[in-house]
Amino acid sequence: MLTRRLLLGAAGAGPLIWTQAFPALAQTPRDVVVMGIAIDDIVSLDPQESFEFMGGEILGNCYDRLVLPTFEDPTKIEGVLAESWQTSEDGLTTTFRIRPGRKFASGNPVTAEDAAFTLHRAVILNKAPAFIIRQFGFTKENVAERVTAPDANTLVIRIAEAGSPSFLLYCLSAAVGMVLDKKAVMAKAQGDDLGNAWLKAGNTAGSGQWQVRQWRASENVTMDANPNSANPPKTKRLIILHRPDPSAQLLGLQRGDIDIARTLSPDQLATLGKDPAYTLLSQSKSYINYIALNQNHPELAKPQVRQAIKWAVDYDGITKSITPSTYNTHQAFLPKGFPGVLTDQPFSKDVARAKALLAEAGLPNGFEIALDHTTNAPFNDVAQAIQANLAEAGIKVTLVAGEQRQVITKTRARQHQMAMLRWGSDYMDPNSNAETFCVNTDNSEANQNRTLAWRSSWKDDDLTKRAIEALKERDAERRVAMYERMQKDHQERSPFVILMQQVEVAAMKKTTTGLQLGLLSDRSLYGGISKA
Amino acid sequence: MRRWRSFAATAASVPITLFGLVLLTFLIGRVVPLDPVLAIVGDRAPQDVVERTRIELGLDKSLPEQFVRYVGQLATGDLGRSVMTSNTVAADIARFFPATLELSIAALLIAGLLGVPLGVYAAVRQGSWIDQAIRVVCLSGHSIPIFVLALIALLVFYATLQWAPGPGRQGIMFDGMVPQVTGLLLVDAALAGEWDAFRDALRQLALPALVLGLSNMAYIARMTRAFMLESLSGEFVVTARAKGLSAGAVIWRHAFGNILVRLVTVLALTFAGLLEGAVLTETIFSWPGLGQYLTGSLLNADMNAVLGATLVVGLTYVALNLFADLMYRVLDPRTR
Repeated sequence: MLTRRLLLGAAGAGPLIWTQAFPALAQTPRDVVVMGIAIDDIVSLDPQESFEFMGGEILGNCYDRLVLPTFEDPTKIEGVLAESWQTSEDGLTTTFRIRPGRKFASGNPVTAEDAAFTLHRAVILNKAPAFIIRQFGFTKENVAERVTAPDANTLVIRIAEAGSPSFLLYCLSAAVGMVLDKKAVMAKAQGDDLGNAWLKAGNTAGSGQWQVRQWRASENVTMDANPNSANPPKTKRLIILHRPDPSAQLLGLQRGDIDIARTLSPDQLATLGKDPAYTLLSQSKSYINYIALNQNHPELAKPQVRQAIKWAVDYDGITKSITPSTYNTHQAFLPKGFPGVLTDQPFSKDVARAKALLAEAGLPNGFEIALDHTTNAPFNDVAQAIQANLAEAGIKVTLVAGEQRQVITKTRARQHQMAMLRWGSDYMDPNSNAETFCVNTDNSEANQNRTLAWRSSWKDDDLTKRAIEALKERDAERRVAMYERMQKDHQERSPFVILMQQVEVAAMKKTTTGLQLGLLSDRSLYGGISKA
Repeated sequence: MRRWRSFAATAASVPITLFGLVLLTFLIGRVVPLDPVLAIVGDRAPQDVVERTRIELGLDKSLPEQFVRYVGQLATGDLGRSVMTSNTVAADIARFFPATLELSIAALLIAGLLGVPLGVYAAVRQGSWIDQAIRVVCLSGHSIPIFVLALIALLVFYATLQWAPGPGRQGIMFDGMVPQVTGLLLVDAALAGEWDAFRDALRQLALPALVLGLSNMAYIARMTRAFMLESLSGEFVVTARAKGLSAGAVIWRHAFGNILVRLVTVLALTFAGLLEGAVLTETIFSWPGLGQYLTGSLLNADMNAVLGATLVVGLTYVALNLFADLMYRVLDPRTR
């Protein structure tokens, strides 16, 4: 018979028996670093295909590139696998000298043939990031002739049209330019896939500090030190655990089950920041948040209305109260840390000025408008703040929440009125953002290059022309000055209300050091991490 | 014989139900304002690449043509390839579904083994303080959102008391140690004789199963209590008592035996609900199950994965309904 005593006894004894039988373990081993972050965005670990945040970050630790902008000053480019390089007088041919003595994880030496194979592969596979390389005029048909390796130490790249020499170098520093071990990859090729299926499944063939031992989608990534790396990591193994929930990350960090928590909320970061047992590491990221005003809408097409919206938003109020520590106010299309960035912040909340501009546009009583935004944190709260800000100026905003891809799908079809989205740069050259925010050569549906300017139905011939000219400018200083001026005019005329730039904050125990966070995700490095 | 004939008729309706499910899921997948092409080529791809991929996926065809093509693929057992994981959807489901199955079985065991006796006890002691206490527990279990319960459980049992390990299905030291046979980690670890890995898997399973189990226990206990109250007031119970049967025999053999049919239906549907994917529990406990897979796929417009996983959930529902139907015929003498 079930009695009260039996019920209470069972309830009391259960946990005691459990803890005796299955004692919980804590603290990660000393030579293993464990990181908690969401990894369900990884689609592929093929460098010529991967185009996601975590995919890029992991690959950046497993592969080397020919060149990279330096951490300290991104306007300076240094050789990694390339020892030196030279551009011809006509600006069309760049010859790279490959650094001798570098080896892949397989033990094969890194040669110019591997670098040429990598670029051929990017163009032939033609996956999402291929445009970064293809924009130099390479096609499936001509790439073998234009990217050549006359000997093991020399790589020659011949581009279609002369442009800024740094533009090619910055593009080669993107994840798509990570150099593969041709022999290892081709040994695993199936049909004409150039080893795509093998790499996509989580295998790596690079010369970087790490190699992927195992990738289990939405579970974990285990990386081992590459014994052949020129600069071996300080730890033997690194495990990245899929921890999408920030609270679970925080508890794991506090319990010692994870060493580094990567995506804690601002509140959690504020609490940890006061605790001397933890260190917070911040780094501006290349992601900027903006509101696009579709110029197909008659009211938004008025310059005064665009200005009014820019003056109605409380930028600092949003970043201080909603996104302290994770976003900073930023108002130019180039993110902080990029060559040529404009750090001026000309706009601040000025309701009277916004109202006056609306009156000047013939809208003294404001108007009604819809704002599409993504639902993930903190954008719901930011959208609500913007709704309240614009209401003060007389603009009645209806919020339309959706998933990110849903909002992107809508903006690509130019069906939005206002849309709040974020943009991450694909490579370190200013053109990455200048092109998308400024260039629109054909505002019709026939346009194949659907830049953010096109998606907002905005065609500014002057800025389009200047963005294309800046791309061709060979003098580095003059080029930087051109981008600075473009950003000023863009702030004045464009239908983009640029709001803020993302800041990544990683939290770790005081005893864990050496993580390096990068402006682009593929520049965050694990090699220096160690535990005392 | 008649009851088996009617069971066969129910079973025969399964293909129609499944066809309806496939059609509905397919249509929902095509109507949602998400472009599956973007998931493949990315936001930056030039429009010609977008269009080419659209044609490759057959999305330029009319909806009926797309549906016929999809059903044709399904008939050959091909659920397509997931964009998110790069694997075939069938392979993904074979990996994610056992994780959910294991969690659900454990949660159902907890829910059933606690919920049924509590419900019976509360009914027998109707109106007593213990009945009130069980009702409060049930009400709280049912009304506290499961993610709150999960976070509280983590805070108390993992962070504070340190009785339970953190989120995840396997401790990092045991990852990859057990060869996959059934996909059920406990079973596979036992089959491989990896008893340390078995203990680790059991420890990892305990907290999420407890949270999910307690939340469902509330429902089972409430239903059991309601069924039992009705049953205990029946004339056959009065008769049994008048015959001088012991309290235990009256409660368990007569009253409880009479509610078994309905209780089996409640348990089967609870189990189906658990298998559907306890999305929030799986997210908080980083449990790589079907719920997390389905949600991730939906957010990434990975329609092959969404359709495949939905189909599996649908099949599970149908199978469990059939099982409940079968049990109904076995347990209820009136159907004989």
